[in-house]
Amino acid sequence: MKTCIKKLANWDNTILEKAAKARVLLLGGSAGSSRLIFDLIEQLPGDFPLPVIVIIHRSRKFKSEIEKLLDSKSALSVSLAEDKTKLRQGNVYFAPPDYHLLLEPDETFTLDYSEPVFFSRPSIDSTFVSVSDVYQDRVVAVLLSGANADGAEGLSYIQARNGIVIIQDPADAEVRTMPESAISLCKDALILTDESIFAFIKSITKE
Amino acid sequence: MSLVEERISYDELEELISWINHIHGFDFSGYSRASLKRRVTRIMDLHHLDLVDLKGILVNDYVFFEEFLVQVTVNVTEMFRDPSFFRSVKEKVMPYLSSFPRVKVWNAGCSTGEELYSFAILLKLEGLLDRSFLYGTDINPRVLEKAKAGVYPLSNMKQYSENYLHTGYSGSLADFYVAQYDAATINNELKKNTLFSVHNLVSDRAFNEFQIVSCRNVLIYFNTDLQKRVIQLFYDSLCPFGFLCLGAKESLRAFDVTGKFRSVDKYENLYQKIG
Ligand SMILES: C[S@@+](CC[C@H](N)C(=O)[O-])C[C@H]1O[C@@H](n2cnc3c(N)ncnc32)[C@H](O)[C@@H]1O
Repeated sequence: MKTCIKKLANWDNTILEKAAKARVLLLGGSAGSSRLIFDLIEQLPGDFPLPVIVIIHRSRKFKSEIEKLLDSKSALSVSLAEDKTKLRQGNVYFAPPDYHLLLEPDETFTLDYSEPVFFSRPSIDSTFVSVSDVYQDRVVAVLLSGANADGAEGLSYIQARNGIVIIQDPADAEVRTMPESAISLCKDALILTDESIFAFIKSITKE
Repeated sequence: MSLVEERISYDELEELISWINHIHGFDFSGYSRASLKRRVTRIMDLHHLDLVDLKGILVNDYVFFEEFLVQVTVNVTEMFRDPSFFRSVKEKVMPYLSSFPRVKVWNAGCSTGEELYSFAILLKLEGLLDRSFLYGTDINPRVLEKAKAGVYPLSNMKQYSENYLHTGYSGSLADFYVAQYDAATINNELKKNTLFSVHNLVSDRAFNEFQIVSCRNVLIYFNTDLQKRVIQLFYDSLCPFGFLCLGAKESLRAFDVTGKFRSVDKYENLYQKIG
């Protein structure tokens, strides 16, 4: 499916064109990011052209029902990513608690129980890097509020392969550590307010 | 080296895989590539090696290959990991086991032994340990050494004890180990009927008949074809009505096992051989 970006006056055309060629949308965040992520997922249209992968740090102690809840509210189908299933448009996949989520070259998921990264499993870095290896420059990645530096390395890896890298404006973030760490590593990242993040993502539509 | 540099590409990984098979007779071709790539990258970072160095060391240094094997596979484990799984084994498997004259357990991919000793504790609590035997196997000789010793950092016991509490058994995990300085040593009684040995799920065959086969968090590292072969191996290794235990994210759903296995607990991925 070909995707295109609705014209948004104040953005550079090359970014919009690049986003139109993307194959996946990545959302990563930790403390203070869930509200924004949930709102966004609820608002995305059923024909949103990119599959969405979400990595939020959370404790394995709480069996979360959040995917089910979101699934009933969103026009997209929301679920926990399962081992060896294929990434498909029309879906939002959450990394399951206590596993890293990796993408294989054949676009299927692999769950991985290796050591936590920044005390986090799932880690944002490991998913971002593995998805970048598969899609190279056809990735849109967004990093949000959080209390540690996970995600920064993954974002800079994506940036080095010419993907689109968006960081929540620390002024808008509930916890600034995560966006600030990423900003210090990714010199060319787009630093956007919550409002602009929404506008940018929603501007990615079917042609 | 910078963080963003790709240490090894997928094409180079394929070369490395066939190369390792050629030199060391180890076949990683059925492993998930994304996970392998991440592990190999980590090894290269850790030892400051580029691909040429890595190949050079692997060909000349057999001791390093053992180290490589440990690091390329994921050996992370816990006692009573996923307490709800053990609760399910307690409720749905243990009552059934009393009908078997002997209970043989195969823990495939046992890593450093924490899972196997968790099973031993369950059997002990059910009064079945004396007529049980537990086999722990893995491809890594190094983790098996640790499993045999049954000595773990005392600091790990906090998490393990918490897990144990959630299994629904009374008492405490401390009943089953001796703490000395910063180490916890598993009681000899639990080690008595155990045997740890090397077995490769990719290339080795069934070696006994078991009432329980537990292979948790190993299949996720294999591709679907290899998973299928290994599931057949487990089927062949189980006695009639024996139980298969898989990890929290591993199920038989993608495979046609009608007439072979029935699901005992679909949330905990517990199965029973029926055919
Ligand atoms: C993540 S650990 C699982 C430990 C334990 N079963 C658990 O769930 O906590 C995976 C183990 O599988 C072993 N393994 C990997 N490939 C294997 C193979 N081909 N045959 C046997 N064991 C293998 C690794 O060495 C590692 O110890």
